[in-house]
Amino acid sequence: MLRYIALFLALAFPAHAEKIVADLSQNNVGISATFDGSNILIFGAVSRDAPIPDDGKTEIVLTVSGPDLPITVRRKDKKLGLIWVNSQKVLIDEAPSFYSISTTAPLTEILSDAEDLTYRVSIPRAIESIGAKIASEHNAEINTEEFTEALIRIRTNNNLYNIQEGAVKLLSSTLFSASIDLPSNLTAGEYTARILLTRNQQVIDQFETTIDIHKVGIERWLYTLAHENALYYGLMSLFIAIASGWLASAVFSYFKS
Amino acid sequence: MQIYLPIAEISVNAFLLLGLGGMVGILSGMFGVGGGFLMTPLLFFIGIPPAVAVATEANQIVASSFSGVLAHLKRKTVDLKMGLVLLFGGLIGAYLGIQLFNYLRSLGQVDLLVKLSYVVFLGIIGSMMFIESLRAVLKSKKGHAVPTRKKHNWIHNLPFKMKFRTSGLYISVIPPFIVGIFVGVLAAIMGVGGGFVMVPAMIYLLNMPTKVVIGTSLFQIIFVTAFTTMMHATTNFTVDIVLAVLLLVGGVVGAQIGTRIGLKMKAESLRILLAIMVLVVCGKLGLDLLIQPSELYSLGAGGH
Repeated sequence: MLRYIALFLALAFPAHAEKIVADLSQNNVGISATFDGSNILIFGAVSRDAPIPDDGKTEIVLTVSGPDLPITVRRKDKKLGLIWVNSQKVLIDEAPSFYSISTTAPLTEILSDAEDLTYRVSIPRAIESIGAKIASEHNAEINTEEFTEALIRIRTNNNLYNIQEGAVKLLSSTLFSASIDLPSNLTAGEYTARILLTRNQQVIDQFETTIDIHKVGIERWLYTLAHENALYYGLMSLFIAIASGWLASAVFSYFKS
Repeated sequence: MQIYLPIAEISVNAFLLLGLGGMVGILSGMFGVGGGFLMTPLLFFIGIPPAVAVATEANQIVASSFSGVLAHLKRKTVDLKMGLVLLFGGLIGAYLGIQLFNYLRSLGQVDLLVKLSYVVFLGIIGSMMFIESLRAVLKSKKGHAVPTRKKHNWIHNLPFKMKFRTSGLYISVIPPFIVGIFVGVLAAIMGVGGGFVMVPAMIYLLNMPTKVVIGTSLFQIIFVTAFTTMMHATTNFTVDIVLAVLLLVGGVVGAQIGTRIGLKMKAESLRILLAIMVLVVCGKLGLDLLIQPSELYSLGAGGH
């Protein structure tokens, strides 16, 4: 009887024969006045209740993504035959404000296209642009793909999107680690770290954890004040300006006399 | 030392900002201009979002013009009555300017508006100043006296006349009111005090005596930029106080150094230098509009 149950379990949950156990060096990143980027170390292991299957190599895909936000992409066109002016625009429903992929090998070799579609791993798939596609059906002049490519290009140049194939170190198909650089131009919010375990381009297990990135100290205080008590913030800005203008004048007239 | 700006949400080098503030401060001390028209484009160049640059610069100008007006009040070179008329126009202008700014921001054209305004006004003022000071230099070499201004023009035929004792003028309130509106609009959309437009307008259009012009213009600028700061802070949340303080510190020190350099130089050569500088900034911004940008696409926050 017990043998049947074991067999049933093995057949029913083959994917769960291997599980990812992982942790981060920090789940909490504070953006302080002197914030100049940060670095997160992600490490873990593949836990198995059976020997390593020999039908393919164990691979790891790691993604870290920032809060999804809608974004407007605008294109400049030459107007009046003279000046370059923003003209066409496309609304991207949701694009991660930060997205980083690290893998053990080239992404296309370790993840099938179908799995990429399901898990939304590669950069273009992580961007949601259904609305833009509908808009482009109404207006044949707009080529949505160009706008999405531009978004990816600009964010890649700003170090906000990147893919590092081979950056995850995997030891004996069991222990893995990777380090993710967070640039200084981060948007605060809840970030998600996701680890996919793949074999033969199929996802076997998924692990997810969150990283809380938020402004701290005076940065947080000023930002909150500026948005929630805009009137006081404006008055405070004016007060500081008037006070320093007066101080400057007083100090220099003291030195003159 | 990198410092993270809470509103602009980027990390910049604090010494770069202090240096920029100092450099513009030196120039503003040398030439007696506010320097907003130089600082705002410089902030664009180092990557501060234009909306934040414009709003923050307005706040910085409050400080520098307040510091300047105190000295003028001591010397009694502020025409308060004229200042109030200009101010009244200025507040209306600033209000209209902010509406225009927000409307174009929603269309994604605010960069174009700000840059075009810069190109047009810097171009006009720069070339006028260049020609005028070149003539002055040539004339002073030949030994001729500078011609006196016309004393009467169409402005003297307008209604609602008022006495401005400090300026020794009896003119209609309409021209200063319109100048005020115009400068207010500029202050709101360009993040400048507008001194570089108001000073020539006061001298050539209103025939105000040169000695009260700077003080009166500073007086008006304090209130218009303070109003602009409040409008930007409460409607757009784009005033970055950390950025403003860094620019302020550099600017105050630079202005004192600049004043001393300026005293050692000839007025005409100073004006030519200022004109060249204005034209260079104008040319750089103009080329950006004319030459095909290397990146045609830009990202705007939010959706609708």
